Amino acid sequence: MADIRFQGVRKTFGSFAAVDGVDLEVKDGEFMVLLGPSGCGKTTLLRCLAGLERVDEGRVFIGDRDATDLPPRKRRIAMVFQSYAVFPHMKVYDNIAFGLRMQKEKKALIDERVRSSAELLHIEDFLDRYSSQLSGGQRQRVAVARAIATKADVLLMDEPLSNLDALLRLEMRAELKTLLQSLDATTIYVTHDQIEALSMGDRIAVMNKGRIVQLGNPLEVYDNPADTFVGGFIGTPPMNFLDAQVSSSDGAATVKVSGGSFEFPSDVAALAGHDLVLGIRAESIGVETAQGEGLVRAKVIVLEPLGSHNLLTVRCGEDTLKVSVNANLFPLADSDVWLRLEPARIRWMDRDTGTVIHSGAEELATETAVVIS
Amino acid sequence: MALPRIRIGRLLAYVAALAISAFVLAPIYLITISAFSSFDAVYAYPKNLLPKEATTETMRVFLESDGITDSLRRSVYVAAISIIVCLAIGTPAGYAIARFSFRGANAFQLALVSTRAFPLIIIAIPLAVTYLRVGIDDTVYGVAMAHIAFTLPLTVLVTASVFAGISYELEEAAMTLGCSRLSAIWRVALPLARGGIVASAIFIFVTSWNEVFAAAILTFRDRTLPAQLLAALDTSPLTYRLAGGFFLLAPALVVIFIIRKYLLTTWGRVAR
Repeated sequence: MADIRFQGVRKTFGSFAAVDGVDLEVKDGEFMVLLGPSGCGKTTLLRCLAGLERVDEGRVFIGDRDATDLPPRKRRIAMVFQSYAVFPHMKVYDNIAFGLRMQKEKKALIDERVRSSAELLHIEDFLDRYSSQLSGGQRQRVAVARAIATKADVLLMDEPLSNLDALLRLEMRAELKTLLQSLDATTIYVTHDQIEALSMGDRIAVMNKGRIVQLGNPLEVYDNPADTFVGGFIGTPPMNFLDAQVSSSDGAATVKVSGGSFEFPSDVAALAGHDLVLGIRAESIGVETAQGEGLVRAKVIVLEPLGSHNLLTVRCGEDTLKVSVNANLFPLADSDVWLRLEPARIRWMDRDTGTVIHSGAEELATETAVVIS
Repeated sequence: MALPRIRIGRLLAYVAALAISAFVLAPIYLITISAFSSFDAVYAYPKNLLPKEATTETMRVFLESDGITDSLRRSVYVAAISIIVCLAIGTPAGYAIARFSFRGANAFQLALVSTRAFPLIIIAIPLAVTYLRVGIDDTVYGVAMAHIAFTLPLTVLVTASVFAGISYELEEAAMTLGCSRLSAIWRVALPLARGGIVASAIFIFVTSWNEVFAAAILTFRDRTLPAQLLAALDTSPLTYRLAGGFFLLAPALVVIFIIRKYLLTTWGRVAR
């Protein structure tokens, strides 16, 4: 059991900085997700922690040890690779036993650990097979069983589910989360799939261009993105962004977007004088069929029924928005609808830097979250 | 409609396969039965396509001829030394080319390939002169050294492509599970490369066993089997030549037959 600290870690390949000054602390037993688009440096950061890449600058601590210059085998880690990396010349049993044998454990202990790990992953019937005789999902299970068999302090996972088909991925996601909760190893999980990140992580570190751009629990990251990149990367559909101006008079403010304007019922001193971007999630936009107070007119481009809800693409002035509506609402293409941009759910960003500006009017999901324990 | 066409295609393929097999196998067959026939049968005309009676008479006379057992022994030594040295140098070199990017890696590979472009005849005289000066003419090690020089470039290229086909992530996985870089190679990369390494060994063996030109110009008295046969060819009877031919053929065939399974299958799956 160990906590993890990255201190000013930098890793360059030629002139390209894959990891560009990362500071990150992961608590003992925490499930930390590194999330970002491909090429953002998340896998490189993980490999620096595993010892498969040498850092150019900075230090890496595992527990109270400075692991920066330790080879992988001395870091007390276990890793699940994207390609699974199951040894093709060994049976499943020998694959799972590999790490324990390298540690020169007693035969009886090895046998017990191999069997218990295999049972946890439901592959106890395949111990006599070679990996070429297994399906992709089974291979993935072997890779996880092999990683947990050594009971390492730290479990590293590099996009472990991305090679599975959609249905299997959904199934494995919940199973993996349950399994890892029961292991209480510190886990670092790399993924480019924001749904995976939201659904599994205790905390998410969103990465872009070699840096961590936001660190927080899933709800925070989803609900209160630090900038337009995070808002646009997380969520299906991504956050809507509209150029906006705010003018204030007598304590109330008017928000003007390209499709119209509406009242913003709050003090907006923080917003004055900025070129703004208004960010709002698809489910935070109300749709009315008739004109009314504080509504903005939009034209329906296309409607996508998704079963649980319908996804509307609408044109509002010069902006195109995605809006979630009730599954029983079917506005026709080219018809007019009126949008209510929920003021408490609006996030303001600076148009030049993309970073968030707090207006003081935000209602955060974390404040209203109900935790049942 | 398409079925008959497919059948004709298959039929032609089988006919071609049979023809090629016959072309390769017929001389082997004739040499083999002649090597185990009596003198009379060898000289008889028309030839018997089926052996009348098997006899070791021809073989015995051949093996008892002057210098044959010695040259046979030397051939085995030369082949063994070639295989051991070639693999000991070639496998790590192939691994290095496959795994590391270093300055001049491409030029190095090109240089390896281009060594095959030099006909031996061009370097034969200088080579013989050098051997005489250094004093390694007429030795097993000298001949082996020449054979290693012929086979090493291809050994490096073959093992390099084999290692390149083995995912480095497998070695990395081994390292996270407690292996050092070297033990990861030993426990993961080498076992997976076994088929390719065995193929290289066969190639080295067959090349060395049948190599006659270098062996003939670098030795004068203590010759390897092919060189010995070459020297004695025009002064020896037909039976001697046929028995010698059998001895050049048989070991290569036997070796390939025995290790063929390493080439075709690896762990329940047919390799490329």
